[in-house]
Amino acid sequence: MLAVETHDLTKDYPVGFFRKRSKRALDGLSLRVEPGEVFGLLGPNGAGKSTTLKILLRLVFPTSGTAQILGRELHDVSMHARLGYLPENPYFYDHLSAGEFLNYAGELFGLEAAVRKQRVERLLERLGLAASRDVPLRKFSKGMVQRVGIAQALINEPELIFLDEPMSGLDPLGRREVRDLILELKAQGKTVFFSTHILTDAEMLCDRVAILNGGRLQGCGDLREILRLGVAATEVVLDNPSPAILKELSPFARSVVWTGELARLEIPEEPDVARALNVALRLGAKIVSLNPVKMSLEDYFLARIEDAPGTASPDDLAAVGRERRGAR
Amino acid sequence: MSRVASVALHTFKESVRERVLYNLIAFALLLIGAAILFGSISVGVEEIILINLGLSSISVFGLLMAIFIGIGLVSKEIERRTIYSILSKPVYRAEFIIGKYLGLLLTLAINTAIMTAGFYVALFYQKRSLSLDDLVVLEAVYFILLQLALVVGLALLFSCISTPILSAVFTFCLYIIGNLLNDIRWFGQETGSALVEKGTAVLYYLLPNFSNFNASAQVAHGESIPPYLLLANSLYALLYVGILLSASILIFEEREFR
Repeated sequence: MLAVETHDLTKDYPVGFFRKRSKRALDGLSLRVEPGEVFGLLGPNGAGKSTTLKILLRLVFPTSGTAQILGRELHDVSMHARLGYLPENPYFYDHLSAGEFLNYAGELFGLEAAVRKQRVERLLERLGLAASRDVPLRKFSKGMVQRVGIAQALINEPELIFLDEPMSGLDPLGRREVRDLILELKAQGKTVFFSTHILTDAEMLCDRVAILNGGRLQGCGDLREILRLGVAATEVVLDNPSPAILKELSPFARSVVWTGELARLEIPEEPDVARALNVALRLGAKIVSLNPVKMSLEDYFLARIEDAPGTASPDDLAAVGRERRGAR
Repeated sequence: MSRVASVALHTFKESVRERVLYNLIAFALLLIGAAILFGSISVGVEEIILINLGLSSISVFGLLMAIFIGIGLVSKEIERRTIYSILSKPVYRAEFIIGKYLGLLLTLAINTAIMTAGFYVALFYQKRSLSLDDLVVLEAVYFILLQLALVVGLALLFSCISTPILSAVFTFCLYIIGNLLNDIRWFGQETGSALVEKGTAVLYYLLPNFSNFNASAQVAHGESIPPYLLLANSLYALLYVGILLSASILIFEEREFR
């Protein structure tokens, strides 16, 4: 059973006051999220990430297409007992304290009083809010509200957690803590489906990612595959090579960057690496290291956004890697 | 605890933490106190003045609370986006609406009880004693509560489809029209025009008839409300509230939260 499965999910929003038109926020999204994985939904602002999450949580309704969560249809609200959700830029009740709000969230999940008390205490402790448990939420900073939002998403110990921009509003320490928390949830076997436009977070956390742009899926796949297959060049580092050596190597290198005494040569073509090394050894150069220059998620992301503004079909991962290698 | 009860208790907690509520109760109690003064300058009808003014205060301030809290019941949750974290839990939209309604009704019932207690203190101060006959005022207070139940239903319905300001205007207008429905129907019958008569008859049956709940004058003269009227008004309010809640739920079920 898949954690999340969508088929051709499309959402049009009506816009305009007098002359109603429709604006497509999501266009034929088909996704499959396996249980136990951390899945990242990436895309620039307005790409359709939040719309996707809101459709899955039944806060908005799809114009067409279908989706299942944990094998159940979206209209089955009882299935929400197994889900957690952190909305984007969350806002909670001003008049409640963090402890009261989490208790209320626990009540809505039908948790017993003793269980609620224990989980509220544990989550407040885990998210660094224990000292502020009785402070009204209106006095909380944005980062603290975000932590409360994460805590309420976890109060029912969900199997599947949807996090909409979970790092938003957090300081570097807070981001680190949330990253650790997501990894902890993964270690517990839970599925985490989160949206973000911060690629480094996705790179550190996700097993698989999907890239949305303009409501369309631009690419989807295993992050390790994307990064492994996307070797963009090889970096040869030499210790203080003479100008003569550099001149001999220059036909192979795309660029030479000096860092102190070290010269870093970026060689784009794989066959040229061996040739360059032979030349360097023959001329007595000191080779310090040889590193594959991997494509970062940012490179992949930008490539998908720039190259494919119109296509909606999910890419095969290997094809993406090969495509990138072929382009070199 | 059921989810409806959780939402209701949360709504109650939210309402009682509104400072405006305490101001309104304080004003109501002050006005009831001032009724003693008016009574003392009205020779022979002190008690009637006190009961009339007391019940009017309870009704008007109850109405203000019902409208001003009621109009924000749903729209505030949407505007502040707190609705996201509630509906993403296993809470049916109907449960949310019913819980919101019952929560505000509980708030109003408790506030009305406080104002009624204040009224009896004022009555005791004036008469220097209280008798079982004075309990007849509770029948009028019960009718005020039924009116408030209808007003909250209206405010909640408008809160599902409109902005707080428009909701307040619509609810208040319907309350005024609802108090004049008997007169409107009489006017229709007097015009001699079949069309106007039919039109006013439709309004009479369609809109909530608040004038049926006005029993202040009767109880001020010590007359008890006949049991059939108590039953008929209770059933009317129950049926009307049921219709208003059903309409609110139907609208809310289709609502999207962008």
